[in-house]
Amino acid sequence: MGKWTRRGFIAAGITTGGVLAVGVGMREGHRAPKLASMMADGDETLVNVWVKLDQNNVVTAIVPHSEMGQGVFTSMAQMLADEMDADWDKVTFEQAPAHEEYANHALVRDYVLGGANIPGFVQGSLNGAFLSLSKAMSMQITGGSTAVRFTGQGGMRIAGAAAREMLVKAAAKEWGISASELRTEKSYIHHDATSKSVPYSEFSVIAGGMSPPTQPTLKTIEKYTLMGTSVPRFDIPSKVDGTAEFGIDVDLPDMKYAAVIGAPIFGATAVSIDDSTAKTMRGVTQIINEKEFVAVVGQSYWHAQQAANTLIIEWSTTGREALNQTAIFDQFRTDMSKAVTDGKEKTDVKAGNARKATTTAAKTFEAEYTVPYLAHATMEPINATAHVKDGSAELWLGHQNPLACRDSVAKLLDIKKANVTIHNRILGGGFGRRADVDYALMAARIAKHVDAPVKMIWSREQDTQQDFYRPATVNKIIAGLDETGKPISWDYQYVHKHDPAEASEIPYDIENQLIHHAKTENPIRFGPWRSVDHTQHGFFIESFIDELAHEAGADPLAYRRDLVKGKPRYTAALDAVAKAAQWGRKRPEGIGLGVALVDSFGTVVAQVAEVDITSGTPRVTHVWAAADPGYVMNPDGFTAQMESGIIYGLTAAIFGDIVVENGAITQSNFHDYEMIRMNDAPTIKVTLINSGARLGGGGEPGTPPIAPAVANAIFAASGKRLRSLPLRQADGGLA
Amino acid sequence: MTTLLINGTKRELDVDPDMPLLWVIREQLKLTGTKFGCGIAQCGACTVHVDGTPVRSCSYPVSLADGAEITTIEAIAPAEGELHALQKAWIEHQVPQCGYCQSGQIMSAVALLRDVPEPTDDDIDTAMRGNICRCGAYGRIRDAIKSAAKAVGPVKMLTPEGSDNG
Repeated sequence: MGKWTRRGFIAAGITTGGVLAVGVGMREGHRAPKLASMMADGDETLVNVWVKLDQNNVVTAIVPHSEMGQGVFTSMAQMLADEMDADWDKVTFEQAPAHEEYANHALVRDYVLGGANIPGFVQGSLNGAFLSLSKAMSMQITGGSTAVRFTGQGGMRIAGAAAREMLVKAAAKEWGISASELRTEKSYIHHDATSKSVPYSEFSVIAGGMSPPTQPTLKTIEKYTLMGTSVPRFDIPSKVDGTAEFGIDVDLPDMKYAAVIGAPIFGATAVSIDDSTAKTMRGVTQIINEKEFVAVVGQSYWHAQQAANTLIIEWSTTGREALNQTAIFDQFRTDMSKAVTDGKEKTDVKAGNARKATTTAAKTFEAEYTVPYLAHATMEPINATAHVKDGSAELWLGHQNPLACRDSVAKLLDIKKANVTIHNRILGGGFGRRADVDYALMAARIAKHVDAPVKMIWSREQDTQQDFYRPATVNKIIAGLDETGKPISWDYQYVHKHDPAEASEIPYDIENQLIHHAKTENPIRFGPWRSVDHTQHGFFIESFIDELAHEAGADPLAYRRDLVKGKPRYTAALDAVAKAAQWGRKRPEGIGLGVALVDSFGTVVAQVAEVDITSGTPRVTHVWAAADPGYVMNPDGFTAQMESGIIYGLTAAIFGDIVVENGAITQSNFHDYEMIRMNDAPTIKVTLINSGARLGGGGEPGTPPIAPAVANAIFAASGKRLRSLPLRQADGGLA
Repeated sequence: MTTLLINGTKRELDVDPDMPLLWVIREQLKLTGTKFGCGIAQCGACTVHVDGTPVRSCSYPVSLADGAEITTIEAIAPAEGELHALQKAWIEHQVPQCGYCQSGQIMSAVALLRDVPEPTDDDIDTAMRGNICRCGAYGRIRDAIKSAAKAVGPVKMLTPEGSDNG
C-alpha cells in the first residue's frame, strides 16, 4: 500500500489516510512524464488528473472508463462538473489513456474500505483468478455497473469538489480576503461584496501550486445543479452522422486485414492446414497458423475472409468431440446430486435449518429450472488492429479494460509495458464480452508476422462461436410451506458460481435457508454476461416464488410484498410497478401479467410484463419497471439503461440458446441466434425511485427481472409454467 | 472498372466485381459510417441506398451497383453543417447507446419516411424489422421516427436520394 502514498507527483490523499488516491493533484513542475501528453498545450494546468481547466475556462473531465453505450463520458463529467460548479456549456471530456494513474482506484478503495461487495464483473474479468489487491490495482475496467457508483462517487465528485476548493482558495489568496466571502457558479468566482466576477481559469496556475484539500466538501442533494438532470449525452451527435469512430473503423497507412478461424472445439489446435486454394486467391498475402487459431492476411477483409472460408484445417482432438448439450445438463444434475449425497455442498447462505424445516413443513414444493449458454452478440463484431515492430506494439480497439490489454500484450511479446500503446475506441457493445483480452492478444500474435499494421475482424460466425459464454445452469429448489402456503424453508442448489457473490441470495424473509452450489465442470469457456450470475438466479428465484404464490392461491405481487414487508426499498419498487402497470386491473382472457423483483449491483428493480397469447403466438406487449438506484444521476440516461437491459434480457428469455453439439457451438449468426427486433419489442415504461440509499448501478440491473416476469406472465395468461429458457422452445412455450 | 455515384460524387474503381458493396464503401472509399454486422443481410447495420432503395450492402455485390447512385449515412443531411430531420429526432430522443447499428437504422428510416410520410406502428415494424439494435433502443427509434415525420409534415418530401448533396 505504501507505494500509493507518494509518487513522482503528489497523491492527493483525498481518501482517509491518503492511501488510495482517487484524484491526484499536480503542481507546476511536477508533471509526471506519462501524463504530459494529456496536456493539450502549455497553457493548461492540471489541478487534478481527473479534471483539467484550460486558459479558455474549459473544464475537461478525464474519464477512466470505456464508452459502450451507457453514456459514461457524460455521466462522469456531469458529476464532476456539478461539484466543481462548472459551466456545463464549457465542459468536455477525454478518455483516460491506459496508464496505472487512471486505474480504478475509487473502485479499489471501496473494496478495501469494505463499503461494498466487490462487483461481480471484476472477478469475472480475472477469469476466476484470486482477486488480489495487486491485481485490482492495475484495473481500468468498465463493467459491474461501477462507473457512477464508484468512479463517479469516489473519484469524479471528489476531484470536482477539490478543484473548486483550490480555485476558491487561490482567489481568496490573490484578493486577500476570506474564502468564505466567495461564491462559485458556472466556472466563475464571484465576490458579491465588490461585484467581482472572474473566470476559474484566472486562478488555475495559483491553484495548481497548492496542495489539494484532503477532504473536499461534497454537495448535498438540494445543492445539485447537474446531478439528477437529463443532460444530453456528448457522444450522440457523432452516432447519428457516421462520424463516431469505433474500433473497427480505424484506418492506418499500408494497413492489412486479417480474418481468423478459431478452433471449433475449445482447446483444440490446428495440426495441419490445406491452404492450396486460399493461397492462390486474389488479395491474400499470408496464412498464419497460431495453433489455437489460423489467420489469413490480405489486402481487404473480404478477400481474407473469402480465403479463410476455403481452408481445410485438421484440429487436434480434445476428448470433447462427442460432447452435447443434453450430456452437459445431465452432468450438472449428476454432480448436484452427488454433492448432496456426499455432503459436499458449497454453501452461500445458511440460516436456521432448511432441511429439517422442510421435513416438518405442512407442505413442500419443488421445481427444477434450466438456462442455456448465451453469447453476447455485440453489434460490432470482435476486432482489433495491431502494429508490432522494433520492440513496441500499438493497438487500436474498443475494450472494457485497456490497461489489461496493455499488460497482457506486453507479457505476450515480452516487451516493457511502456512500449505498448493502447488506443481505446468507443465500443459497439460490450455487455461483458469486451472485458476479455483474447482478441487483443490475437491481433498482436498476427501482427508479429506482418510487416504493417493489421486489422483483425471476426466474422459474425466467429463472434458467435468463439465467445466466452454465460454458462448453462441447472437449479433445484425445495421449499417447505406452512398451512397458509407461506415459505418457512428454502433449499436452493445450483451449479456455476461466478459473481457477484450475493447473486444467489433472496430478497425474501424466509426463516430457514440453505443456498448452495455444487462443483461441476463447465466444458465451455465462461464470460461475464450483462449482470452475470443475476441472469440465472433472477429467473430461478422469481419463477419459483411465483409458483409458491400460485400454490398458496395468493396474488403473486402481494405474496412477494408480504415476504419483504420490512424492506422499504423492495416494497416501494413493488408498489410503484404495480401502480404503473395497473396490476389490479383485470385483463381480458388470454392476457397475463407477471412480476419479478431483483436487487442487483445495488439497484432494486421490480418489473411487470404483459403477455398476450390471444393470437396463439405469445407476444410480450408491455413492460413496466420501477428502479431504485438510490439516486438517479441522469434520469433519461438511466431510463435508457433500463430499457436496454430489458430488451437484452428479453432477447435471451425468448430466443437466447447457444447449444453444444459434437463439442462445438452450433449457432453461428443472427438467423439461428435470433434477436428481439422492432416488431417484437414491447413498450417500456420506467418509474425512477430516489430512495437515498447507497448508489447502485445502471447498466445491468434492468436485465435479471425480465425473463421471470415474462415466464410468470405466460403462466398467468395460459396456466403453463415454463421452467427452461429460452421460452420460445421450452415445453412448447412461445411458438 | 466499376463506376459508383457515391454521395453525389462519381468514382471509378478497380475492384473485384464480387466484392460486397459494404467493403468497397468502408475500405476503398473510407466511408466508415456504414457498418459490418453479420455479413448475411440479417442485421441491417450495413444499410445504404442504391438508387434510393435501402439495401444490405454486406450482401450486395459491387457489380450490381455499377452506374448506380449510392447514398450513405454521411450524405443524408440536406447541406453541410445541417442534419436530416431524422438525425435531429435521433438526438432529441437520445436514441443511440453504443450507436453501432444507428447508421443502418437511420438509413432504413429515411427510406420509410420518403415512401410513407406518416407511418403507422405497423409501417415502422415492417420497415425497421431488418435492423437489429442490441442496446434495445427500439422504443426511442419508433418515437424518433414519429417525431421526424411530424416535423417534416405529411406532404413535404424529404431530400431526394443522392441529389444536391455534393
